[in-house]
Amino acid sequence: MTDVQAPLLTKKDFESDQAVRWCPGCGDYAILAQTQKNMPTFGRKREEFVFVSGIGCSSRFPYYMNTYGFHSIHGRAPAVATGVKIANPDLSVWVVTGDGDGLSIGGNHFMHVLRRNMDVNILMFNNRIYGLTKGQYSPTSEQGKKTKASPYGSIDYPLNPPSLALGAQATFVARTIDRWQKHMAAMLERSYNHDGGSFIEIYQNCNIFNDGAFEEYTGAEKFSNVIELKHGEPMVFAQGTKGIKLDGFKPKVVDMEKNSIDDILIHNETDLDLAHIIANWTSHPTLPEPIGVIYCIDKTTYNQDIVNQIESAIEAKGPGNVQDLLNSGDTWVVD
Amino acid sequence: MGKTFKTIDEAVIRFAGDSGDGMQLTGGRFTETTAIVGNDLSTLPDFPAEIRAPAGSLAGVSAFQIKFSSKDIHTPGVNPDVLVAMNPAALKVHQKEIIPGGTLIINTDAFTKKNLKFAGYESNPIEDGSLDDYFTLIPIEMNKMVTAACEGLDLSPKLVGRTKNLFALGILFYMYDRPLDATEAWLKKKFKGKDAIIEANTRALNAGYNYGDTTELFMTRYKVEKASLPSGTYRNMNGNLAASLGLLAASERSGLKLFYGGYPITPASDILHMLAIWKHFGVQTFQAEDEIAGIASVIGAAFAGKLAVTATSGPGIALKGESLGLGVITELPMVVINVQRGGPSTGLPTKTEQSDLNQALYGRNGEAPMPVIAPATPGDCFYAAYEACRIALKFMTPVMFLSDGYLANGSEPWKIPNVDDLEDIDVKFAHDKNSENDFLPYLRDEDTLARPWAIPGTPGLEHRLGGIEKAENTGHVSYDPENHHRMVELRQEKVNRIQHDIPPLEVFGEDHGDMLVLSWGGTYGACRSAVETLNEEGKKVSHVHLRWINPLPKDLGEIIIGFKNVLVPEINLGQLLRLIRSEYLVDAQGLNLVRGRPIGASTIVETVKKTIG
Repeated sequence: MTDVQAPLLTKKDFESDQAVRWCPGCGDYAILAQTQKNMPTFGRKREEFVFVSGIGCSSRFPYYMNTYGFHSIHGRAPAVATGVKIANPDLSVWVVTGDGDGLSIGGNHFMHVLRRNMDVNILMFNNRIYGLTKGQYSPTSEQGKKTKASPYGSIDYPLNPPSLALGAQATFVARTIDRWQKHMAAMLERSYNHDGGSFIEIYQNCNIFNDGAFEEYTGAEKFSNVIELKHGEPMVFAQGTKGIKLDGFKPKVVDMEKNSIDDILIHNETDLDLAHIIANWTSHPTLPEPIGVIYCIDKTTYNQDIVNQIESAIEAKGPGNVQDLLNSGDTWVVD
Repeated sequence: MGKTFKTIDEAVIRFAGDSGDGMQLTGGRFTETTAIVGNDLSTLPDFPAEIRAPAGSLAGVSAFQIKFSSKDIHTPGVNPDVLVAMNPAALKVHQKEIIPGGTLIINTDAFTKKNLKFAGYESNPIEDGSLDDYFTLIPIEMNKMVTAACEGLDLSPKLVGRTKNLFALGILFYMYDRPLDATEAWLKKKFKGKDAIIEANTRALNAGYNYGDTTELFMTRYKVEKASLPSGTYRNMNGNLAASLGLLAASERSGLKLFYGGYPITPASDILHMLAIWKHFGVQTFQAEDEIAGIASVIGAAFAGKLAVTATSGPGIALKGESLGLGVITELPMVVINVQRGGPSTGLPTKTEQSDLNQALYGRNGEAPMPVIAPATPGDCFYAAYEACRIALKFMTPVMFLSDGYLANGSEPWKIPNVDDLEDIDVKFAHDKNSENDFLPYLRDEDTLARPWAIPGTPGLEHRLGGIEKAENTGHVSYDPENHHRMVELRQEKVNRIQHDIPPLEVFGEDHGDMLVLSWGGTYGACRSAVETLNEEGKKVSHVHLRWINPLPKDLGEIIIGFKNVLVPEINLGQLLRLIRSEYLVDAQGLNLVRGRPIGASTIVETVKKTIG
């Protein structure tokens, strides 16, 4: 609920008095700063925001936000957030998690919070490594990754977060990158305005244990390697020099000098089939990395349905009275 | 030959049959009518974990026992006076427990060669004389009887056959002089719109009753007079329903809406089922994806200002352990119900046990004290659940409620309380800053040591909770060694102070003597019955029952000193016993039987006598 009467807040109002303790140079700083900057633009009272996290570097996030916050336990943030949102649907509830917290130990909750379309906003900082435990491979680490726990290279295959989210019936799936500040701001706003569960995967550089993991999407070549998805627009990238065409279900990169813009695939964020295709481009050898809103549809939320069920029960039966309930059933009197 | 009435004080009957024979339903109907005629009663349902094990198998036997009396009773009894056996497997499983000279009512139509073999009988026990010397054997062709009774109805033989449990019920109603009208009314309600089914079951019920009346098999009928219960309006009550109602009453009296987050598990699921119906009370039920999500959602809902509750059984508590620690360190109010079952691991899902006391007390990492309350009887689950909520809210702490399978499914007559008479639950959310410039989320109440409860949405009180150690008062993350030690002590001291909020113990019997029987949870009834018996025999034995196990009541040590011996009967290997021995340095002895069923009062009587003579 947006309150038009809300006082004008600034970024400062969302900064807590706690010293930020991430490693210098960590991508988390950029995400924190951008979130603190975005929050006042939503025109909502500060006390209505709740940030819930699990365990990991990213999960320290709530301590730095001057809102209500809950640093819970490893993997469980979506479930804690579910309780908060059901208990008080008027709150704007955010989950901050990482690739290990959200996809490994908390994979089950991640899947189900999206399936239920619980109206919480999930920010997953994906750095493809375990940072807080000092550098083990994560469920999004590439196969062959050498870490302390995999000195001969990891033999795990990585999973693909947007594909997983779509498979879990998510109604909002997006991706952004720590160094793409403006883009991140737009994604946060889209997520906030989505009435339903939303998932943003944020590529985040861990400069200590996995430095440069996303270099190709943030460095000099970034525009050649990343495609920014825009609803209703043709999928072009590399400053308009390249585009994507569908050959059956197979996407391929084409040279725009040799192709008409009319032949280029148009992004439609309400098309689930297309969303699955786009999600598959993650870390693809020949296709650009998609960022932006991959999928977004409207669907009734769990939190609204629970309110509706209670309201219609009260309408049908009248508000419950415990004494009447105790007195019901087969009773008898002893004199 | 006329029939005679014999007045008796009490009777124990057991219905046993295949899982599909409707034994729980039959027992339930007998219980309802017995309650209505005014006996005191106690029931013990006993069913297999398998939904429908192969028909006729020993594993598939389901039973329901009820003891009813004209006196005040506390247990469902151990050995039945009458066993209704609907098939050979039921006879095989339960025959050894009938009292010598007891009555066996048998559906002979089920004693086919195949069923006998399935149950492991070499020859038919009805015919080979093996039972005749020990029991009064009443073989009845029940299938044939109901088929005749339902003649002319448009029902398949299979559906007609299913009414034989009502036939058996009719016989028992005749034997114990009980009216049929309550069951007939129930059938009409239950099978509304299925007239043929109602008619068939009603006919079967009456046929059973009339069969008892007309044959000469039942020459003696029994009268069990009304029990002299305290005056009031009563209903029959089982533990899970009572606990659910207690939560609801606490919700109403505290002014907080109830949030329930949990995962289905035997024998706790009924609490979820009942709360899910009570939507018009504003109850929110959330069936989570797993046990951990259940408790995590409860923590979130507690943070947001609900009366937050979860219910599970031992395996679920094991999964919830880490989250419970989070509940302890964030000092949020919540009630965690454990309906104990046989363990370890999957154990005996449908059987009762008291083996999760250690888990309740110690089953978390770190120093994570949690108050533990245990109901004594099915009806007491109402009051204990209410009390758990009251303490959780007053002291800002998770509270563990330790019920068990016997309490959850067993039932007794329950005097309906007046909700307004229950102790007040006064909840005050924080609205203002509690220090000069700040809100300090861990600034404690001087008496209870409870911290303030500031819920999201409250302007100016924004704060962060979490599982990392908190700095005293401010609640900021703190790794300071002195602070940690102080917080560990404060959390313990807060739980200790609940001692000042709980009533003194009641000593049943003299305050000194040869033996103190000390119990907790569902063994209350057996211990009380045993001590009553021993007192009647002139033994100097008293009974103390613990409702709170953490903290232990402050007068327990003084009471223990008054007795030469202490006996602690438990359905575990001595979990309370070890606590009592270590806490009070007393040479208490255990009586420990872990068989998935209540301990019998007679076993306790014998054990006491062995010690004190």
